[in-house]
Amino acid sequence: MSITIIGAGLAGLSAALTLAEQGFASNLVSAQASERAQSVMAEGGINACLNTMDEDDTVENHFEDTMRGGVYLADPNAVQGLCTHAPEIVRKFYALGVPFPTNENGIIQRNFGGQKKKRTAFVKSSTGKMLMTALIDEVRKYEAKGLVTRYPHHRLVSLAIHENKCSGAVIIDTYSRQRTVLSGGVILASGGMSGLFDGLTTGTTQNTAETAALCLEQGVALANLEFIQYHPTTIGISGKRLLISEAARGEGGRLFVRRNGTPWYFMEEKYPELKNLMPRDVVSAEMVTVTAMSDCEKQVYLDMTGIDKTVWKSRLSDLREQCIHYLDIDPVKQPIPVSPGIHYFMGGIWVDEQHRTSAKYLYAAGEGACQYHGANRLGGNSLLGAVYGGQTAARTVISEMNPSLRATDDDVAYTEVSPRFRAAVSAVLGKYLKILREETELREAIRVLQELQPQNDAEERLLRLAEATAKSALFRTESRGAHRRTDYPETDASWQQQTVVILRDNELCITRRKLPERRTS
Amino acid sequence: MKLIIEILRQRDSASEPYRQKISYEAPPEDTVATLLSKLNREQELTDMTGKPVGRIEWQCSCLQKKCGSCAMRVNGVPRLACDTKLSECKSGKLLLEPLRKFPTVCDLVVDRSVMMTHLLSIHNWLEQSAHHTGKALELCYDASRCLQCGCCLEVCPNFFAEGDFYGAAAFVPASRVLSQLRREQPQDLSEFYRRNVYNGCGKSLSCRDICPAGIDIEQKLATSNAVAVWKRYFKK
Repeated sequence: MSITIIGAGLAGLSAALTLAEQGFASNLVSAQASERAQSVMAEGGINACLNTMDEDDTVENHFEDTMRGGVYLADPNAVQGLCTHAPEIVRKFYALGVPFPTNENGIIQRNFGGQKKKRTAFVKSSTGKMLMTALIDEVRKYEAKGLVTRYPHHRLVSLAIHENKCSGAVIIDTYSRQRTVLSGGVILASGGMSGLFDGLTTGTTQNTAETAALCLEQGVALANLEFIQYHPTTIGISGKRLLISEAARGEGGRLFVRRNGTPWYFMEEKYPELKNLMPRDVVSAEMVTVTAMSDCEKQVYLDMTGIDKTVWKSRLSDLREQCIHYLDIDPVKQPIPVSPGIHYFMGGIWVDEQHRTSAKYLYAAGEGACQYHGANRLGGNSLLGAVYGGQTAARTVISEMNPSLRATDDDVAYTEVSPRFRAAVSAVLGKYLKILREETELREAIRVLQELQPQNDAEERLLRLAEATAKSALFRTESRGAHRRTDYPETDASWQQQTVVILRDNELCITRRKLPERRTS
Repeated sequence: MKLIIEILRQRDSASEPYRQKISYEAPPEDTVATLLSKLNREQELTDMTGKPVGRIEWQCSCLQKKCGSCAMRVNGVPRLACDTKLSECKSGKLLLEPLRKFPTVCDLVVDRSVMMTHLLSIHNWLEQSAHHTGKALELCYDASRCLQCGCCLEVCPNFFAEGDFYGAAAFVPASRVLSQLRREQPQDLSEFYRRNVYNGCGKSLSCRDICPAGIDIEQKLATSNAVAVWKRYFKK
């Protein structure tokens, strides 16, 4: 019996490899090839305490930065595992051939947002692509051995969940329309919910949010949907937001706004310690604040003109090419205009420390799972979280293997969300789920969503997920990390809990859930 | 700008392809990818004969030339739809066709899984830990950027989906692995490389300037040949 993995990006591949290395077979299901997964777009790097930069970094420092960056809304024991295993993960990728640059101590690391030490291993500004290439080749080895069976161009139709127990998945070949029933445990690794904000994110069009929507419909709990990361430095290009990697600031890039005609490096003035490298939620919110000031212009610029020539050549050449290609601006010579854009979903399918969802034998990992990042993710922790989450989910599956699971096709018709309907949902969420939120607007979002007319099951599901997201934002009456309420501007200690949403009797039921205490051993 | 868009459409792999012309107004700064998204969001779009256009099937993912998904023939040239601005289309006539070297699934969607099958059959992976050398660092980076989009195969006179020559979409990824081998740890890839790349490449270099990622393809071919055929491994 095989384990089924939905999604063949970094988390899915990581799960497949972990299973295969221990002799367990998996079905790797994806709508497109791994080369098309959003993981290939990750740019700046992957965090791990390798301590190669003579800064006395420790795993505890990584833990503290991650917890503080996430405003203490992450599971501390899960984060402990993440940070503890990070160095071996990065070293493994080096052994798999990722061309990390090195110094006499080992793999070179750069500064990144929200972290006090140089802890981010990188390959220029293309780290995700480099990890993916190496991992795709490694998993291929096990495909040849028959331990990984790919189902390319397949999509998830439904999960076989009965009495809160998942016994498999029904998938469909998008080329032949043939359906296949796969029995056994299922790991969901199909990415974040960009599909709720079509054209408004830095992500891919393939992160449709349909897996999360299906989970919600099938009674699986989702969590922290209101925590949506706006990355400070994005630019609008044809059809989407283009990310300018945090590496730009990690290597010395500075943000300014013209105030009374002269550049004001507001982050440096307001945050003298971390300056431009404050966590993303803080930087994005500050950008909104300063551009609303009467003596400031409306546009923030990223000034990279002070970055050393050798750094451009060895570490940022791809980022420079990108700016020239899309903006027709050479960032070596001229600051570039940037504004915040949706980049990452901290929330998603609720999972415990071992990546179990609320349904038995159903697991989730990667951006689609709500784990590690709390109220705001640190740059460099997403690649790490995807790899470690995939590994952890795989190990949990192995420990809970149940060969008696048998799934059947429930013959639910396969439907798709039309581009028009997705655009309509996205227009509402994009308008109201901004960096700064407040009750009247969130209520308006819910009202407008409820007026939309879904034409099939997939559209109905997506709409319900959109409504759950807006309702989660309304439910959390505090400001924390990426969720900022102008009507509740303070962080409230009593809200150091997850927002959990589940469908009961066709009603969205939103509750709070306490986080586990940090284990001492 | 006013466009006359001609699309080679096909309902499914068994159907006959047909050409459909649509007259449409779009901003010149839009990409072909954005144009296709917009066409699919139109409620009652009709072609120039007044027939409903319906949903145009095509593939995309990242929309910023990092994933290779949206490769198609644009005015006869294989390109990424997300990397082709309408302003490049001076005549206002835009011809969109699926890649020809792969079986058409429907409309602009082709089945490119043969590229993955090829990489599997040449054993494109490391049997041992990577041997990192300063000299190969940039090469590994560049080779690892391959999108598996298939544009290089589309223009190659020696590549056919059923043939024994696997083309640049195989030798570029292979160059990454080959450059990380040690002399004392050779592996199957070298032998397969000779069979499925070296022996079949006509050195026409038609793939040279076509790569949407701008990979230096000639360098990868030279490197792969040097290691796999002439056993010149990277030492430091």
